[in-house]
Amino acid sequence: MSAHHHEEPSSFAFDAESEAQIAKILARYPEGKQASGVIPLLYVVQKQMGRQTGSAWVPRVAMDQVALRLSMAPIRVYEVATFYFMFNTKPIGRFHLQVCGTTPCWLRGSDEVLRACKDAGHLAGYGDTSEDGLFTLSEVECLGGCVNAPILQVDDDYYEDLDYDSTVRLIEALKRGERPRPGSAKGRLCSAPEGGPETLLDIPLVEEK
Amino acid sequence: MAKVTVDGIEVEVPNGATVLQACEAAAKEIPRFCYHERLSVAGNCRMCLVEVEKAPKPVASCAYPVADGMKVFTDSTMVRNARRNVMEFLLINHPLDCPICDQGGECDLQDQATAYGGQGGRYVEEKRAVKDKYMGPLVKTIMTRCIQCTRCIRFATEVAGVPELGATGRGENMQIGTYVEKALTTELSGNLIDICPVGALTSRPYAYVSRPWELRKTDSVDVLDAVGAAIRIDTRGPEVLRILPRVNEDVNEEWMADRGRFSFDGLKRKRLDRPWVRKDGKLRQASWEEALAVVTDRLKAIPGGRIGAVAGDLVDAESAFALRELMIGLGSANLDCRQDGARLDLSRRDYYLFNSGIAGIDEADALLIIGSDPRREAPVLNARIRKRWSSGALKVATIGPAGLDLTYNAEHLGEGASLIADLAAGRGDFAEVLKTAKKPMILLGRAATARADGAAVLAAAWDLARSVGALTPEWHGFNLLHLYGGQVGALDAGFFPGPGGLDLAAMLGGGVDALWLLGADGFEPGLIPAGTFVIYQGHHGDRAASRADVILPGAAYPEKDGTYVNTEGRVQRGYKAIFPPGEAKEDWRIIRAAGAALEVPMAFDTLEALRARMVEANPVFGLVEGRVEGGCGDTAGPAAGEVALAGEGFTLPITNYWQADTISRASDTMAECARIYLGDTTPKLAAE
Repeated sequence: MSAHHHEEPSSFAFDAESEAQIAKILARYPEGKQASGVIPLLYVVQKQMGRQTGSAWVPRVAMDQVALRLSMAPIRVYEVATFYFMFNTKPIGRFHLQVCGTTPCWLRGSDEVLRACKDAGHLAGYGDTSEDGLFTLSEVECLGGCVNAPILQVDDDYYEDLDYDSTVRLIEALKRGERPRPGSAKGRLCSAPEGGPETLLDIPLVEEK
Repeated sequence: MAKVTVDGIEVEVPNGATVLQACEAAAKEIPRFCYHERLSVAGNCRMCLVEVEKAPKPVASCAYPVADGMKVFTDSTMVRNARRNVMEFLLINHPLDCPICDQGGECDLQDQATAYGGQGGRYVEEKRAVKDKYMGPLVKTIMTRCIQCTRCIRFATEVAGVPELGATGRGENMQIGTYVEKALTTELSGNLIDICPVGALTSRPYAYVSRPWELRKTDSVDVLDAVGAAIRIDTRGPEVLRILPRVNEDVNEEWMADRGRFSFDGLKRKRLDRPWVRKDGKLRQASWEEALAVVTDRLKAIPGGRIGAVAGDLVDAESAFALRELMIGLGSANLDCRQDGARLDLSRRDYYLFNSGIAGIDEADALLIIGSDPRREAPVLNARIRKRWSSGALKVATIGPAGLDLTYNAEHLGEGASLIADLAAGRGDFAEVLKTAKKPMILLGRAATARADGAAVLAAAWDLARSVGALTPEWHGFNLLHLYGGQVGALDAGFFPGPGGLDLAAMLGGGVDALWLLGADGFEPGLIPAGTFVIYQGHHGDRAASRADVILPGAAYPEKDGTYVNTEGRVQRGYKAIFPPGEAKEDWRIIRAAGAALEVPMAFDTLEALRARMVEANPVFGLVEGRVEGGCGDTAGPAAGEVALAGEGFTLPITNYWQADTISRASDTMAECARIYLGDTTPKLAAE
């Protein structure tokens, strides 16, 4: 299914899974303040679109549904949805490749990650969606994982410590329908030092006691 | 109260006032774009920066509350630098197209850039361009000029009550618009043009027409609805080029309805610009002498009691009064200005007025709307109701058609007139709301009385007002909402059946042999019996003119000095902005000339004398720019008539807001609005 074939649907209805999430979300707000739930609800929409069509985006008809559900003027929902770039107001590919280009990632080689995404995903550049509809490439600002830079966020998952080859391997795996384990490509645990601890070695670890 | 020193001037302002208000109290001019005193505070343009002692940075005065002992400086080096730099930023993306911009010459940005800006910009990178948006047939958009003050968003959301405008995107990509392509569904869209401080929202009909310094400005009154908004008619030579609202806090604040503002192009079309006389069954052009000769010959042959006169909805009080004098002189008491057949009790003035006053809405705490859709009948008044409602102090309910979108929440109690009696008897929750309210208002649509049991509806509404305590010596909560600007004036001029006189229905039922229609296009002319001699005096060849035997071309409201009384009984004057076209003449002169030809003694030769006669006949006309205020001294109700209150639902008089009167029916702009808002809803001009 190509992203180019995604068009504005004529209608949108929340499915059972979304309804369950919405009930949970709206319960967080006091009566009459349900409009506060607009951001989580838009996120529910985006997820549902991803499940149903393979393209996680927020069509206008869905924003209208959110407005209706929250008793808001539709334009107030459009304002929120267009303000946050995390909401895709246009169809995107099956996988959303989000390359962090902020200084730490850039210093650690985010340009190589970008090059790998372009080569392996057959993408022209930021904003592009591949012909096969699998990938959309975006540049994002700091993802907050600088210790493991450079980072590529695929949908909700962080892939860390990437270089050109590991990025290509990741994208090839995605093409095969696999979903590699998120985290460091170099196999380290969270942001622990590579190759084991290097400092504070004289302090005995708790378990050794 | 807080004592604030502004540039050394000490002023006292209420606690909670803003620094900007304090500066205004000290008569210091503070430049601003986003701040508007009738809208909420946004604080995003930063143009109103001032220096406050001990504040580390300049503060946005529009959003900064005063504190006691605060020292404000509005002309320090810091302030001047701040303004200059804010202006430089505002101008970064603003195009230099002032020479082709319709706002040029009356542009806040232009003026303030001259007054507070720097010498030039340092910005050499690319400017952004924004696609123009579609906002309907009346508002033209050039969105690249937008400085994103968000006044239009706040106006649409807060005043007009149509939350359809918004700011989408962020930062460099932020755009003002509706997101989806559609015309704004409001009758107040013209006000967006006025509040836009730059040339982003301009008038579509006025595009590339004129420059403000070329225009002659004449004060007048909007007569196309009964609110009587204060207006300014801008003319160049013989043409009205635009109409703008003036500030009148008691009536329209500074807003104006679209029909009054944009229908003036109807003044140039379908006009009666010369007399016509029917010869051999066909209307033929004639001279004034011929036309008046025919009128004289025919009327002299008819006994006075068989002559009748009907006044239309847009007539000035002078012409109505003059025609009444003429009719009385001819021995006729057959006068009627209620073309809709409204069964009003004319024995007391407060039986047919909006007695709380339009400004009184600001004090009301409960409102029952009966048989009326104020949004379409009086959009500006409706905005006032909305303002009160949004303050949280007003509860509203309606009796009438269901599903009205009034732009505020109104409880729909039901459709039938019998509900009024139920409420008066204390049945229903809203009866309790009205009873406990300190200043309850009953708003009765004029059309609700234009039915067989109209007099009973009127009496029932009055009874309800009395029973809920709306009629006290301090507060008059009974309100009749009229539809057009000439209606109350004609009633005040006494243009209704005199003793033994016939009303319109009786006149149409064969009671008269000659009928003088003064701008009367509000009833079906086919109802006039064949053989009746019809004189049509008016300005547009609308409905009735084709039935006439003699057409006497009159003047429309911008073409004559006239007195108009609005729905709350406020006597207002409009002044002559242009001359009537062709051989058309001011209406009171036509009537005076006819009186002379008919040898009827008339006690006035000048407008001043006529006005003096009017004040003699009804002192109310002496109260120019004022109204009789106060509560209800005598709570005795109007006559209930012979027909008992029926349960039948109310129907609304205005189904097509855009073409509801003689002038707007001739207007191309209004025809376009009707097409877009009522018919085919796809916009003619896409945004791209």
